[in-house]
Amino acid sequence: MRSSGAPASSAGALHVPADWRDFFALTKPRVMSLVIFTGLCGLLAAPERIHPVLAFTAILCIAVGAGGAAALNQWWEADIDAEMKRTAARPLPQGRMNRTDARDFGVAISVGSVLLMGLAISWLAAGILAISIVYYAVVYTIWLKPRTPQNIVIGGGAGAFPPLIGWVAATGEISLMPVLLFAIIFFWTPPHFWALALFVKTDYAKVGIPMMPVVAGEKSTRRQILVYALLLLPLSVLPWWLGGAGRFYGASAAVLSLLFLALSVRVGLRDRTGPEDTMRPEKQLFGYSVIYLFVLFAALVVDRFLPL
Amino acid sequence: MTRETDPARVRRSRNIVLGSLLAAFVILVFLISLAKMS
Repeated sequence: MRSSGAPASSAGALHVPADWRDFFALTKPRVMSLVIFTGLCGLLAAPERIHPVLAFTAILCIAVGAGGAAALNQWWEADIDAEMKRTAARPLPQGRMNRTDARDFGVAISVGSVLLMGLAISWLAAGILAISIVYYAVVYTIWLKPRTPQNIVIGGGAGAFPPLIGWVAATGEISLMPVLLFAIIFFWTPPHFWALALFVKTDYAKVGIPMMPVVAGEKSTRRQILVYALLLLPLSVLPWWLGGAGRFYGASAAVLSLLFLALSVRVGLRDRTGPEDTMRPEKQLFGYSVIYLFVLFAALVVDRFLPL
Repeated sequence: MTRETDPARVRRSRNIVLGSLLAAFVILVFLISLAKMS
């Protein structure tokens, strides 16, 4: 957003109040599903158990906090979203909602989730939740995204918080294992997002967002995808190697990460053949990266309950 | 998503959703209190 809190042009003449479904859409429910899943995995993989009601509350707070950060992201980027095909149908660019309503909604549910986490679970978990919201809404969205092609690398930290928060909610302390889970998502984010940015490159270029393929070029982005995939392989098996997870997780992580690396090699060592290129390897890597994270974290939880 | 164009109906559905969420929140706070005491 460039003008402070000014309503979007079409939203200025709103006659119909925003539908509740528009508020729900502001929370980016699809992203939230991954946040809930990784947060839940962090909570379940932790060595200590908490009461199911408190566990549910912790996950609810993580989800609502992520939703609040997503709403603030859409409030700030409403004009950019209107220019991009992928985001043009969102409530703000479509003029279905006042911009200030989106901002107030984002702030309210963010603050509410942190307070509930602090009062019901622990103030350490609440503090990390608050940091993650500020990290995504301010550090990433407002500060880094429009300024540096490394936006995704640093901003990826925001998405890496849920398992850490889940773990801290269960144990009440930060240890090496949840930091490793944080690091796995941190190193997974660049290849995941840059694979997407390679095939929606024209949209980002149009709105002036310095995504890596736009600024450094495709070749450099492809090499960096490869580097991150290479780093992810040892990092993902580290929880097993250090004794924080069992053999089932170790084997799963090795197989999943090798496949991730193979798909990244295919993307990293090729060039776009021309305007008719369907970018299939990039789309496959992006699709697999989502599955990778789901299965890797599921393996961690399964491993925790396996009598091995 | 097709948008409802009658403001009264939109407000009504918003009130129903908000009311349900508030009711769920009250129940959750009650359950959290029980969990904390156990």
